[in-house]
Amino acid sequence: MMTRGMFETYFLPGVWITIQVTLYSALMAAVIAFVIGTMRTSQLWIVRFISGTYFEIFRGMSALVFMFWLVFSLPLIFQWQLVPMFAGVLAMGLTYGAYGSEIVRGALAAVPVAQREAGLALGFSRFDRLRRIEIPQAWPEMVPPLNNLLIELLKCTALVSTITVADMTFAGNLVRIGESESAPIYTLLLVVYFVMAFIITRGMRVVERQAKAGIGQAPPRTSFWEKLSLREPGGEGTTGAPSKIGGAQ
Amino acid sequence: MNWEWDAVQDFMPLFWDGLWVTLKATFWGTVIAFVLGLIWAIAQRSPFRWVRWPVNAITEFIRNTPLLVQLFFLFYVLPEWGPSWSPLTTGIVGLGVHFSTYTAEVYRAGIEGVPVGQWEAAKALSLSRVRTWAVVILPQAIRRITPALGNYVIAMLKDSPMIAIIGALDMLGQAEV
Amino acid sequence: MPASVDSQESNGQSRASGAELVRFNKITKRFGDVKVLDELSFSVDTGKHVTLIGPSGSGKTTILRLLMTLLTPDEGSIVVDGDYLTHQEKNGKLVKPSEKHVREVRKKIGMVFQQFNLFPNMKVLRNVTEAPRHVLGLPKDEAVHRAEELIELVGLSEHLDKYPSQLSGGQQQRVAIARALAMRPQVLCLDEVTAALDPELVAGVLDVLRDIAQTADITMLVVTHEMSFARDISDAVLMFDAGKIIESGPPDKIFTDPEHGRTREFLSTVLRGL
Ligand SMILES: Nc1ncnc2c1ncn2[C@@H]1O[C@H](COP(=O)(O)OP(=O)(O)O)[C@@H](O)[C@H]1O
Ligand SMILES: [Mg+2]
Repeated sequence: MMTRGMFETYFLPGVWITIQVTLYSALMAAVIAFVIGTMRTSQLWIVRFISGTYFEIFRGMSALVFMFWLVFSLPLIFQWQLVPMFAGVLAMGLTYGAYGSEIVRGALAAVPVAQREAGLALGFSRFDRLRRIEIPQAWPEMVPPLNNLLIELLKCTALVSTITVADMTFAGNLVRIGESESAPIYTLLLVVYFVMAFIITRGMRVVERQAKAGIGQAPPRTSFWEKLSLREPGGEGTTGAPSKIGGAQ
Repeated sequence: MNWEWDAVQDFMPLFWDGLWVTLKATFWGTVIAFVLGLIWAIAQRSPFRWVRWPVNAITEFIRNTPLLVQLFFLFYVLPEWGPSWSPLTTGIVGLGVHFSTYTAEVYRAGIEGVPVGQWEAAKALSLSRVRTWAVVILPQAIRRITPALGNYVIAMLKDSPMIAIIGALDMLGQAEV
Repeated sequence: MPASVDSQESNGQSRASGAELVRFNKITKRFGDVKVLDELSFSVDTGKHVTLIGPSGSGKTTILRLLMTLLTPDEGSIVVDGDYLTHQEKNGKLVKPSEKHVREVRKKIGMVFQQFNLFPNMKVLRNVTEAPRHVLGLPKDEAVHRAEELIELVGLSEHLDKYPSQLSGGQQQRVAIARALAMRPQVLCLDEVTAALDPELVAGVLDVLRDIAQTADITMLVVTHEMSFARDISDAVLMFDAGKIIESGPPDKIFTDPEHGRTREFLSTVLRGL
């Protein structure tokens, strides 16, 4: 069995690092997703072109390869070294921001044209229409696929262990080296990730419920299995956004 | 575990050599993911709760935990229980099983998209269960899921470099010893 | 009496008249809390054509779907050609039927659906040969021969090599009729088979069915709102209301001189549409 010392010295701080990495990259990805996503619905072709180019480049990127490039190749070119954790957050924020932008764009495009026209007729500016009319209506549609994306992001954070960030996967590997058995630590690791994903899903359900209530829709009804499930029923297909990275098409 | 430049220089060629490995792994991973995913999807429609329930639990667990950790699990834990696989085999199995839980979802959606009247017509003609799946349901489901399956092949291609990590850690591990 | 409605209990053991092909014994069917059929009993004799009429929601489709085993009754039993469809006799006791038993009995029943339900991934010929070949085990040329005859009967010989999506609704429904007949069922269930068709295509399908009713010695259970068709082909008419048979008799009697007020009311609403 795992000794207490190993657990407290490595694993618990690792859990905290994983949470931090997830939070930071999720925040960065969210900002990028909304900025790029709304830019992609712009009427100006140049804005659509720039945001579209961003999307095409980063959705095709493997976060792992990107991370390695930032940590190992970038220094060779620019002669400065990124802090590994920052490199990891950057790589995931940029790529997941691209996937997220597709969700945002799809949900915005699904807002009925009549709503946009009504906003126009009332003399709202483009920004006000987005902020007051389109985003509030699109938001509940975005939540289920964004939940799936967030779980993918959480899983992706395990990759930072390969660029020496001492997250819980990194800690798990250390513990394995220090212990005779590998089964307990890796099982624990998987269970902790699963529990985190479960917590995220529960949280996003609450967000979705509030978002729906906020625009006067009934909260979604869920069956027993859907309640237990981490899969978001509306997560795939509604906006054309993938629940798994790389699926954006 | 301290990766200085020496280690990196050991690692990088391995990484690029890995391109071929990547393609190979993606291919075999795809085969596993497509076949196993179909098995999951069919099992999830089983009339028996004791089949559906564990299958749902297993696929949920695999889908919601990181592939990298699953690879570590296969690579370091499995040998303690029996089979000891090379990094490549581990990677292929891990990739295939992990993505089978995604393809299962795709199949599920495709199967649910086949109108219920098709099941009923097959039953009214007394077609066997196997034949109903093989010539009525699956051909219609496959048609509508092919693009989605293609997306997961691309996703596998992107994740397959993780196999190189197992290989590298394996070599580092041997170097340490 | 080709179709008889009875209220007395049947012990199910007696295969009373050899001519009785289908028997519903005190069938109760619920959907949730709603009792759609309440201890319904009736029987249909071999070779007879029985039409079920009644307002929408009265349970007609449910009856056909129970017979086709697309639904299972909550209580009661169904006997087809002397064999239980809903049960299995084991050591003199009635038990839950095995899949195999149901499959065997079910082969005696065929069904044509309102929405045709042709297999879109198979051409017309294959739609018709698939089950005879792989369920009845006919050799390929025999199945093809049988299918070609039936497809000719329904007037679609030029369309053997087309996919269902290339046919009109009326043509698709005629293929579906051929497909059901190819299994040589003893009972054919037809559930509003013209209801999903454009008006100008209805006549073609009804002509085919009239033809079959006259020439083939097949037992038919028909749900339809086409009253003149029902009158032409039926030996007996059962009038349903709220899951019960409220009146039954030969078509001339039911259509010209119904006894029940509800029947009269129903007929006048249906006929007004004509
Ligand atoms: N699958 C079902 N679930 C719930 N209720 C049903 C279902 N099928 C039929 N019903 C109900 O059962 C009643 C009888 O339906 P049906 O047999 O289709 O009537 P009919 O064919 O005479 O119009 C209706 O009230 C209908 O709403
Ligand atoms: Mg009906």
